[in-house]
Amino acid sequence: MFISICLLVGLVYIARLFYIQVLDDSYKLSANNNVLRYVTEFPARGIIYDRKGRQMVTNEAAYDLMVVPRQVKDLDTLDLCNILDISKKEFIERMLKVKGYSRYKPSIFEAQIDKETYAVLQEKLYKFSGFFCQTRTLRKYKDRAAAHILGYVGEVNEKMVKESPYYKQGDYIGMSGMEKSYEEYLRGKKGVRVVMVDVHGREKGNYMGGQFDTIGKAGARLTSTLDLELQKYGEKLMQNKIGSVVAIEPKTGEILALVSSPAYDPNKLVGRVRSKNYRLLALNPLKPLFNRALMAMYPPGSTFKIANALIGQQEKVTFASTAYSCNKGISYGSLHIGCHPHASPLQLRQSIQYSCNAYYCQVFRSIIDSRKTTREGYDMWRNHVMSFGFGKKFNTDLPNELKGIVPTGDYYDKYHGKNRWKSLTVISLSIGQGELGATPLQMANMTAIVANQGYYMSPHIVKAIDGKPFNKYKIRNETNIDTAYFRDVIEGMQMVVDAGTAARSKIPGVVMCGKTGTAQNPHGKDHSLFVAFAPKENPQIAIAVMVENAGFGATYAAPIASLMIEKYLKDSITNKTAEEFLLKTNLLPDSLRAKMSVFQADSIKIKKQERLQDSLKRKEREEQIKKQVIEEERKKEERKNALKLSRAHKEAEKQENATLSKEQSKKPKKNNGPAPMKRQRKQAKQRDL
Amino acid sequence: MRTQRHILEGIDPWLVGLYVVLVLLGWMNIYAAVYNEEHKSIFDISQNYGKQMIWILSSFFLAFMVMVIDGKFYAAFSYPIYIFIMLLLVATIGLARDINGQKAWIEIGGFQIQAAEFAKFAANLALAKYLSQLNTKMEDFDTKVKAGLLVFLPFILILLQNDTGSALVFTSFIFVLYREGLSGNILLFGAGVGVLAILSLLFPKEYVLIAIGVIIGIFLLIIPKNWKNLLIIGGLAAVMVAMVMSVNIVFEKLQPHQKERIEILLGKRTDNKGAGYNVNQSKIAIGSGGLLGKGFLQGTQTKYDFVPEQSTDFIFCTVGEEWGFVGSVVVIVLFLFLFLRVIFVAERQRSAFTRIYGYGVASILLFHFSINIGMTIGLLPVIGIPLPFFSYGGSSLWSFTILLFILIKLDAYRLQILR
Repeated sequence: MFISICLLVGLVYIARLFYIQVLDDSYKLSANNNVLRYVTEFPARGIIYDRKGRQMVTNEAAYDLMVVPRQVKDLDTLDLCNILDISKKEFIERMLKVKGYSRYKPSIFEAQIDKETYAVLQEKLYKFSGFFCQTRTLRKYKDRAAAHILGYVGEVNEKMVKESPYYKQGDYIGMSGMEKSYEEYLRGKKGVRVVMVDVHGREKGNYMGGQFDTIGKAGARLTSTLDLELQKYGEKLMQNKIGSVVAIEPKTGEILALVSSPAYDPNKLVGRVRSKNYRLLALNPLKPLFNRALMAMYPPGSTFKIANALIGQQEKVTFASTAYSCNKGISYGSLHIGCHPHASPLQLRQSIQYSCNAYYCQVFRSIIDSRKTTREGYDMWRNHVMSFGFGKKFNTDLPNELKGIVPTGDYYDKYHGKNRWKSLTVISLSIGQGELGATPLQMANMTAIVANQGYYMSPHIVKAIDGKPFNKYKIRNETNIDTAYFRDVIEGMQMVVDAGTAARSKIPGVVMCGKTGTAQNPHGKDHSLFVAFAPKENPQIAIAVMVENAGFGATYAAPIASLMIEKYLKDSITNKTAEEFLLKTNLLPDSLRAKMSVFQADSIKIKKQERLQDSLKRKEREEQIKKQVIEEERKKEERKNALKLSRAHKEAEKQENATLSKEQSKKPKKNNGPAPMKRQRKQAKQRDL
Repeated sequence: MRTQRHILEGIDPWLVGLYVVLVLLGWMNIYAAVYNEEHKSIFDISQNYGKQMIWILSSFFLAFMVMVIDGKFYAAFSYPIYIFIMLLLVATIGLARDINGQKAWIEIGGFQIQAAEFAKFAANLALAKYLSQLNTKMEDFDTKVKAGLLVFLPFILILLQNDTGSALVFTSFIFVLYREGLSGNILLFGAGVGVLAILSLLFPKEYVLIAIGVIIGIFLLIIPKNWKNLLIIGGLAAVMVAMVMSVNIVFEKLQPHQKERIEILLGKRTDNKGAGYNVNQSKIAIGSGGLLGKGFLQGTQTKYDFVPEQSTDFIFCTVGEEWGFVGSVVVIVLFLFLFLRVIFVAERQRSAFTRIYGYGVASILLFHFSINIGMTIGLLPVIGIPLPFFSYGGSSLWSFTILLFILIKLDAYRLQILR
């Protein structure tokens, strides 16, 4: 009896062991889940330098608290909550969320713990079984500069995880700017260590001697084309103003500075505070996240006369010696295009110097009317304009650039009817108004073309990767304009600075060539615009400055461009008064000024400064009023001109086509353009109607 | 009367060999179970494996002592030893400090001793002594009561120490009593009670009662219907119904952790993090060993503390994890050999005392073996008793050594007694 019991027990146990050891595989899986932990070794993200080797973006260590829900047991919840400074309710919610993802795989419980908390946590970590820390790197910006173009890094979303096998939940990825365009270089390569852990989650060494481990690789070093000092200076000059500054090295297309104002502190979009700050920035009516330099479209205004002067010469309808008279503008029948007072008649160079509207109406008409039909003439003109880089993307490494607008002939055919429009109908294009939309980058590029006398290098933002020159975007693009025709335009542009519309912005010892512009804005003050390059011989820098709601081009944009150029070429500033004046100027709408404090260093200091500035400003304003009176008069004139122009249009058209007006009311509407352009188009419509 | 010429003369080489093999295998597995990188030497006495070495060496010495003492001593001093150990148990209840809810350990000169371990061979000796007396007959009610009391006394004293596992070991003496003439019906009755208890915990009472009704109905149809049979069946039915009705009441009286363990075993509850953690981790460790195991010192589940008590009660996990199915079967077969050898040795005795003692040894070892391994592979509820010769611990190793070597001594001595 006893013997049979012995044998029975033995047999039953052996059968049972056979089942759980040999037949059932689930225990092996559970054992691996118990003991193996896949620790991702996150490589340091690539560091970004400026063109002179100064660090722009570096890394800082941060720690993610990871949890494997299945391994959590006997947890002193209160203790953990206290360390992390979260409520018990939040703890429970997070655990539920994490469990929803996976019970076996580690998920982030608390991301980016700072060093102090980490120190406390690390000591007690052995008590929190199932929890462990993972080292991550966060971006760090020594200077609060170039936020837009550098972009920011964020956590991948589910869609990205699905699309790319490289990313896992909780990974970081470049979300905008260079971080996005150069993600594949900057991210490096993740490594994985398979380690064994004990029941308390303590590491006990490599699994199988590390043979399943993969080694990570740090991200590549990027050398940006930006000049950090110039960038910082540009942002400083543009503070409390809305607009952008784009500076390009003409010979290479390397972008030296790309300022979009208002900017924000890139450090604000790092780490745990990112989503909160992002929301604040996104809700800000001044749209600090919007990269105006690449994405805002403006009518290029008078700066566009450069293009028309070149096209006119190329088409041999205009010559350096061609002179047109101007009597405070020009009239075609009842259509009158106004101009400010200057000597008359003017030749090509002077027409640029004084920015004569009448001259360019004539030039434009000659260009368009040099072909059999308006459409043919227009298409030819458009082709030339497109060769300047307008109306298309550069498609380099610049994130989210917009292509701008150069209307097609079809657009006008649809709008006005085939053969029912002519050069006068679109005459506002002659002075850079109307349906044209150009980004500040495109305006800077046009300036670079003039500096290069006929070609442009595609503008780009990265010079070298890991110290090796990165030439992918060093693309030479030829314009349709022969080099010979640039001479007089350049001379004219020099005269603009020496004795023309931007005479006040002359830089001692530097021959600068520039052109002022004023972009019409039906919603408020016009935008102040200035393009320039310098020095005249062997140009080093081409720049476009756009200051929204700042009035005439010479007032704000020209001095900013001049200071930027001087800073870049000579690394010193002679015109301290202009600098001081610009730094103090606040062109933000009064109602929105307070909002700026959100994304500036510390709001209290700034409020104090603002108060100071306000008192100073009051005095200044009184002084300025005198200046402004003059400027406003000019503007009024320009506006009147525009109005007249539009009225003239209408009448001219009426005369030509009595039936046209009926069709016009059925015209298709396009509403997909961005804000500045929409306004402009509306205006154009008003004018044309 | 022959005199023993040499101390080694007449000892059973199989028993000694199996003992040594099991003890050394145990030591090796303790080493693997709590292996510590910082203390790599198996002789490092700051670690459990180093200490176990001391226990093993001292056990060998104890075994030697047992062999040296005259064979007559054990029969002669059965009752004094029994009484001494019972007093020790009483003292334990009074003196012991509370460790994990148990009052089972007393400290003597820096050593902690678990008196309950020694109660096993003491009770075995006393029972053998009592049953081997010429005037005792198992059929007598008086004998049954007295033999029962000899076993029941240590049982209740150990139960008072809250050491349920060790107390339950004493139920294994029922096999001894059976061998010595206890009616098999009582054994059957005991088994029936167990089965009925499990059934009524698993299923609703109504179903169990209906099943009992059906079985009794069939019996009534088959057996000749006379008064005696009807009385027996009626009585059985009444007892069974009472059992079923009262199982829950008894069950509720158990301690919470005991209830949990039973419920988990019966699959009425899964709680792999709480009460079921031990068993689940133990099954994972054993199951992950596969056919051939992970290899010596390569086990992760035990070494990294996923399995609790991995060097004592759950030592078999290390065997399962590192040596796989093959190793586990080897260990089980070794144990079975030991049991069969013990029975073989017991049956070849001319002395009733030795035979009864031998059966006691086999019963105790089998009980420990079955409960311990059954628990690690999830067939039996978690009852904290050691695996003989394997588990870490001085008291248990000493007590099993003494238990076994008294038998070996008595066996060797058999040639010297005339009958």
